Amino acid sequence: MTIKINLPVSEEEIRKLKIGDEVLLSGTMVTARDQAHKLMVEKKPDFIRPYLKDSVIYHCGPVVRKNENGEWEFVAAGPTTSSREEPYQADVIKEYQVRGIIGKGGMGEKTLKGLQETGAVYFHAVGGLGTLLAKRVVKVKEVFMLEEFGTPEAFWVIEVKDFPVVVTMDSHGNSLHKKVLEESLKREKELLGL
Amino acid sequence: MELKEHILELIRRASTDLPPDVEARLKRAYDEAEEGSTEKSVFNVILENVKLARENSTPICQDTGHVIFYVNYPLGMKEWEITEEIKKAVIEATEKNYLRPNAVDPITGKNSGNNIGKNAPYITYHCWDKDYIEFKLMLKGGGSENVGVQYKLPDASLKAGRDLEGVRKVIIDAVTKAQGFGCAPGTVGVGIGGDRGVSYLLSKKTFFRKMDSKNENPVLAEFEDRLEKELNSLGIGPMGFGGKTTVLDVFVDAQHRHPATYYVSVSYMCWAFRRKTMIVKSNGEVEYDD
Repeated sequence: MTIKINLPVSEEEIRKLKIGDEVLLSGTMVTARDQAHKLMVEKKPDFIRPYLKDSVIYHCGPVVRKNENGEWEFVAAGPTTSSREEPYQADVIKEYQVRGIIGKGGMGEKTLKGLQETGAVYFHAVGGLGTLLAKRVVKVKEVFMLEEFGTPEAFWVIEVKDFPVVVTMDSHGNSLHKKVLEESLKREKELLGL
Repeated sequence: MELKEHILELIRRASTDLPPDVEARLKRAYDEAEEGSTEKSVFNVILENVKLARENSTPICQDTGHVIFYVNYPLGMKEWEITEEIKKAVIEATEKNYLRPNAVDPITGKNSGNNIGKNAPYITYHCWDKDYIEFKLMLKGGGSENVGVQYKLPDASLKAGRDLEGVRKVIIDAVTKAQGFGCAPGTVGVGIGGDRGVSYLLSKKTFFRKMDSKNENPVLAEFEDRLEKELNSLGIGPMGFGGKTTVLDVFVDAQHRHPATYYVSVSYMCWAFRRKTMIVKSNGEVEYDD
């Protein structure tokens, strides 16, 4: 069954989510990749604070264009690999009171602990859904650090509607990635006769 | 119409129009997934994305990959002239957002901005005895390239010896290690033998085969079928969420090796398996294939 969540979201609502839950997100979220995470940890800028409080960070380097009206538009916007943000993520979640991270591939122990402490979850988007996910971005509201970081690395503040994700790390210390890894390693041993 | 225009159209098709054989295989994975499972939902959005990308002529995935060409040309054509046409087409394809700028100088860290650089795009030429030119194009995503791996047999930790059974073991190990990171379900391309470089090249070239195509070598044909079943029993599933389909297909090729070496290269193609073929005849007629 699919759960609908509107952003911003309360800690209480996020703590109800469990690994394996399918979720449709609607509301305002922010894209951030490597340079943005480094900046948030080292400089703790305030310009992004109001957008992140009780909202979600999306690990994404979009393809964007300006339409006839001079407004930004997302063309292709699937998730990028999250593990690169592992050194920063838990601190960012705590500093900005973020309730969720969207990315792909899952994250490590430090982030899992951070999710537990602050009350947040890791949402996995399906990699490769460039066109579909861009269509779920209904509006680009703001962009920060575009000049300094370039298109893929900038903070894009976007409004999404029914953005499909799966909870793969919850706020109770559970990780679907760990579970699937353990089960597949067991099967590998059987196949290899080890 | 000049050659550049045809190559541009080839790139557009490769980036936005998933080959029907791959789409049919994904549809089968959707049909086989359990009702109400996450696996089923994932294949549902994947198939919807494939359809949207085709209708809107936008990239299936925002990572439009390494741009890899294989060109067979008739006697009389010049490689450097074809290269110029390819480069012009790649630059225009980047401007039109069919390709994302993906060529980064590893020394300066600078992105060339137009997908042109040293060995970018990567082109392999062969002069052949036919009177038309053939372009084979593959767009190979970076995330899936990162889970590719090369083994040197024997491998003591896996108890993998220098035989087909040893090859089987390292392939199972590679796919287990890849989990969902290469955007599973992937297609596994394997090159056995050769030196290290040629071994990887052979593994990649298998991706020009079509889904469910039968290996010409009956021993390898049986080997591929067995591996596909075994890999799908790992339960990794799409994106590593768990499920019945972990790989779409397995393609294996072998070449002679040096007596002292035994390499097995495993390349991984994400579910967004992007390849196209085009021939341009001497009378200007153009034909496309997947």
